[in-house]
Amino acid sequence: MGSLKRALRFLFQRVEYSFDAFFGPALNPFVNLGSLGWFFYWIVAASGVYLYIFFDTGMVQAYDSIEQITNVQWYAGGVMRSLHRYASDALVVVIILHLVREFSLDRLRGKRWFAWFTGVPLLWFIYACGISGYWMVWDMLAQYIAIVTTEWLDTLPLFGESIASNFLNNASITGRFFTLMVFIHIAIPLFMLFLMWLHIQRLDNARVNPPRALAAGTLISMIVMSLIFPAVSQPPANLDVVPAVVNFDWFYLAIYPLLDVVPGGQLWLAMGAGTLLLILMPWLPPQRNKPPAVVNLDNCNGCRRCVDDCPYSAITMGARTDGALFDGQAVVNASNCVACGICAGACPTATPFRRATDLVPGIELPNFSIASLKEKILESTAQLQGADRVLVIGCENARQVSSSAEPDVGVVTVPCIGMLPPSFIDFVLSRNVADGVFINGCREGDCFNRLGAQWMRQRLAGQRDPYLRRRVPRERIHLCWLGNGRKKRRSRELAAFRVLLRDLAVSNDNGGGKAGG
Amino acid sequence: MITAEEKRVASLFKWLMQGVSYAVFMAGIAYFSVLPVYEHVDPSKAVIKLAFNHAGELKEKCRRLTPEEIQKLAPNMRRQTQCGRERLPIEVELYLDDQLLYRASAPPSGLWGDGTSTVYQRFVVTPGSHLLTVRLRDSYRTDSFDFEHSERIELRARQNFVVGFRPETGGFSFD
Ligand code: HEM
Ligand code: SF4
Ligand code: SF4
Repeated sequence: MGSLKRALRFLFQRVEYSFDAFFGPALNPFVNLGSLGWFFYWIVAASGVYLYIFFDTGMVQAYDSIEQITNVQWYAGGVMRSLHRYASDALVVVIILHLVREFSLDRLRGKRWFAWFTGVPLLWFIYACGISGYWMVWDMLAQYIAIVTTEWLDTLPLFGESIASNFLNNASITGRFFTLMVFIHIAIPLFMLFLMWLHIQRLDNARVNPPRALAAGTLISMIVMSLIFPAVSQPPANLDVVPAVVNFDWFYLAIYPLLDVVPGGQLWLAMGAGTLLLILMPWLPPQRNKPPAVVNLDNCNGCRRCVDDCPYSAITMGARTDGALFDGQAVVNASNCVACGICAGACPTATPFRRATDLVPGIELPNFSIASLKEKILESTAQLQGADRVLVIGCENARQVSSSAEPDVGVVTVPCIGMLPPSFIDFVLSRNVADGVFINGCREGDCFNRLGAQWMRQRLAGQRDPYLRRRVPRERIHLCWLGNGRKKRRSRELAAFRVLLRDLAVSNDNGGGKAGG
Repeated sequence: MITAEEKRVASLFKWLMQGVSYAVFMAGIAYFSVLPVYEHVDPSKAVIKLAFNHAGELKEKCRRLTPEEIQKLAPNMRRQTQCGRERLPIEVELYLDDQLLYRASAPPSGLWGDGTSTVYQRFVVTPGSHLLTVRLRDSYRTDSFDFEHSERIELRARQNFVVGFRPETGGFSFD
């Protein structure tokens, strides 16, 4: 499993880096797959409501009403119909990619099981929606789908009689199944919306809207495609004629051809087993849980920063239990906490300028305390020499710089770059522990802990508490967001940074002392 | 140093490639939403569907209870005959000309085997003139079938020909 994930990760990275070149990391569709899923869902829902206004739900009239929508008002209903179809297809594409990508990033194991677990049934619902939708057109494709689907359902020991017998020929058909499909096609999307909401309940700040430019580009290109190549019906259903050759929506129907070669019962079994395997994926094999963050009430002033920054909604504000006169206190929900440490990075009391004995912040990880972070920084930099001494602080999910390969570079690894309180950078530079700080984190938009890198950038830019103080010389900080690929580029960036530091030293010697102090 | 001109070209190139990406994605979506076509059945062939529900006879014949047996039953449950619930499977055979297309025994449905038997089969055949023969046994009879129908039919390409069974109208129906 691990090597499969790594191989997929590598593949995604290759593709994503090239998309980065055109879209930039923020607009890269690959870091926005989940939110694109929401976006396509809304397009499908809105266009669906429009179509339903003009759709006749009777089996006999359905086809004609859709022909009207498509041909008579091609500029409105026709476009809506095309959007409805194409957005449904695009939804399948982005969600499958989303699934594989989240898998390759390993964002499903241990306490992160919930999103994956609720995602799996969504797959079934997406397919049920799509297939029932094609049924409603009651054209030749619908006829094919009706026959093959009911024959397939008949292989399940659920129904006493053969439901495929409802579609034998024109003489025997009744509209009751059609009515059921119309109902399913409306009920399932509503339930899906509920599941999509549930899907992100354990995530804080889940991105449900793609960046505006990406949304605009997607919608405009989809409208253009709808005008050039509108979605149309096939000839009307006629049960006395065999739907021998049909135009096929491969996004929804790709498994149907299998039914012509594999017995239906076996296909159900395979799909059931596949679903079960998917559902169990977060526990294959079980992950050892790291101990959750702990709150130290003596140092918690109830400022809520940790609540705002935790990517997993694992912290809430509770009533004060120690009688102190603050508004509340941080309370960690251990079953959500993945031990990323981002909360410690947010806590105003996590500052290395305090005496070592006092260095217990309001919240931190028991097996990676803020005091030990300070020790590690001091240890790793103690032996460095020269004017280009660099402290690399790297995320354990990004490829790390090797301190043995780089002389006069100290390396400290943290569980997530978001765990680093900005005051530590101030400390390193103002106490002259090193000449520069090289922050080595996950690729933009790709943070393993979802928000760590983003919070770090905002803290350094002064857009989010806790800020990096203004006095800290920004030229002595290098931010490197390359994730776990791009080894050479990382080395190049580090080398260039060190050249810059040496230049700074020379210019400082020539004119005035070093900044800070 | 990168000149302003080079920057403009680079950003133009980025925009262009974004546009190309959108176009390729949407073209892929539109294409695979209808093509390539799928051939479910060879369009030069016809289809015969054999499909019906029918209940076989009861497995045990109803038998008269002896006076002693009636005596043993609770007074409000006394009856003259006793019948089992379980039914026989039905035996079906379908011939196209002299070729056997299908022969099977369809078991009764239901947890206690007391429901109807269901037959649903689809056959892809060559169009043209054929002698179609279908037989059904729903009893203990061993020497012959309870129902049989044979008819010369003309099949067109892509015709969907249904062989049904309605005992109330005399047995097999061809349409
Ligand atoms: C309609 C379908 C779906 C939609 C709209 C959807 C949407 C989303 C969104 C918006 C996020 C949050 C992204 C972020 O802000 O970082 C997310 C996360 C996630 N989704 Fe989905 N998703 C869908 C289906 C699935 C499926 C089928 C799976 C896999 C079986 C899945 C697995 C995950 C996982 C593992 C995460 C990350 C959880 C974490 O970071 O701990 N999703 N999804
Ligand atoms: S370590 Fe802190 S930020 Fe990370 S999940 Fe636990 S409580 Fe949330
Ligand atoms: S950030 Fe620190 S001080 Fe603020 S509420 Fe959380 S634990 Fe308390």
